[in-house]
Amino acid sequence: MSWMVLRDLLGGVNTSSTGIGRIWLAVLFVFRLLVYKVAAEHVWKEEQREFECNVRQPGCANVCFDYFFPISQVRLWALQLIMVSTPSLLVVLHVAYRAGREKKQRRKLRASPGAVGGGLWCIYLISLVVKAGFEIGFLALFYKLYGGFRVPRLLKCDRKPCPRTVDCFVSRPTEKTVFTLFLAGASCLCVVLNVTELSFLVLKCFTKCCLQNHSTRLQPSACERHELRGPGAAPGALLRLATGTARGGETTLLRDARGVAKAKPAAPSHKT
Amino acid sequence: MDWGTLHVFIGGVNKHSTSIGKVWVTVLFIFRVMILVVAAQEVWGDEQEDFVCNTLQPGCRNVCYDHFFPVSHIRLWALQLIFVSTPALLVAMHVAYYRHEAARRFRRGETRSEFKDLEDIKRQKVRIKGSLWWTYTSSIFFRIVFEAAFMYVFYFLYNGYHLPWVLKCGIQPCPNLVDCFISRPTEKTVFTIFMISASVICMLLNVAELCYLLLKVCFRRSKRAQTQKAAPNHALKESKQNEMNELISEGGQNAITVFPS
Repeated sequence: MSWMVLRDLLGGVNTSSTGIGRIWLAVLFVFRLLVYKVAAEHVWKEEQREFECNVRQPGCANVCFDYFFPISQVRLWALQLIMVSTPSLLVVLHVAYRAGREKKQRRKLRASPGAVGGGLWCIYLISLVVKAGFEIGFLALFYKLYGGFRVPRLLKCDRKPCPRTVDCFVSRPTEKTVFTLFLAGASCLCVVLNVTELSFLVLKCFTKCCLQNHSTRLQPSACERHELRGPGAAPGALLRLATGTARGGETTLLRDARGVAKAKPAAPSHKT
Repeated sequence: MDWGTLHVFIGGVNKHSTSIGKVWVTVLFIFRVMILVVAAQEVWGDEQEDFVCNTLQPGCRNVCYDHFFPVSHIRLWALQLIFVSTPALLVAMHVAYYRHEAARRFRRGETRSEFKDLEDIKRQKVRIKGSLWWTYTSSIFFRIVFEAAFMYVFYFLYNGYHLPWVLKCGIQPCPNLVDCFISRPTEKTVFTIFMISASVICMLLNVAELCYLLLKVCFRRSKRAQTQKAAPNHALKESKQNEMNELISEGGQNAITVFPS
């Protein structure tokens, strides 16, 4: 079991994501997972062995290290990466579940034109909210545990069995600060991407709802004749349609609205 | 998750690169990533353990090591390689978007003559023109900027590319100016110069590729301008002939009206 398993699992997320979701995935893989694995892990490798206190009292260094670093930063990041990736895996599971259901029923499940949302869209939206929540939660926890994102060079410790307030020295504090800031920055970038994607999806849904209501008021039969989904749509396409990125459906809807508006004087009997 | 994953990402872009771009990817992975993983990490593996200061004062060694090596060479190279490879992801995303649009048009039946099936769209090499040319050129520009920036940071942090065998350190809690000794300074200097040289070669390749792309565009535009210059002359002659024909036909009609039979 290693990071490769997570990488393989997340690879399937790509097909079920929007454009911003794919950028988020790229940032996660390249600027967080890869940096963590090839660089950050090695910086913290000898953290306890190299943690030195200016005293010969046995146990003092151990106690002070445990007090200042209850959870190692690298482990906290590893947890954060796993928790933040989990909601995307739920989306993949949902897509697989829907694909299984379609196969069983041997027909394509059609999204009703009126329901701009849909199950997959809701799951995706919830996953975005949960991801952003986890990111912010871990950043806050990090800040609270370590009093910021800087690693100090010198710590004063007076925990028992240390005989007095002793100076303890952290190994590689500057390098650790650089990587802490880098990974915190990448985490903030991921939060921004999640919030942007969320706003984008909600705005698209809102726009689509308004357009649908408008065209329903003008001529409901036009909406009944045209479907949002084309034939042969895959689960990924289902998500794109549900989120309104299928421009064909939108433009069809827009064309109908305009065409119907023009035809209105000629066909008054169709007015509701 | 390791350098192999990055190789998978970048390898996909390689198909759509120019020849110079393909050489760049080869130099990057063989002379930089592989050297980093196979050799340099071994050399720097014991860098802090074997950093020794001529004092028994606890904490002095930690503090002096942190002062002289704020960020380890190895980590700086790893970050440099990640940043330098990242612009290629922009090209990969653009190609993926292009293929997605082509597949959508194919499903609608608009480009059935161009592609045999959806697999053909995935297999076909995407030409570097139009908006993809801009994405590709920007990615090369950012690569050059990142390479130069990291080389400067390296020079600034370590006062050059040479590692001394002894360093003088007088930072608290060191009681006085103590001598600190780096492990394997000559071997580290050799690898540092090697990695810097590989970085310079990559930068030159990127500059060459950028010039090649710009020249190609200029050449294409001048060829198009020449073709247009030749074509309007022909079009001008045709329009003048048409005017004369009209005048002749009008004159004929007037003659008929002016001179009724």
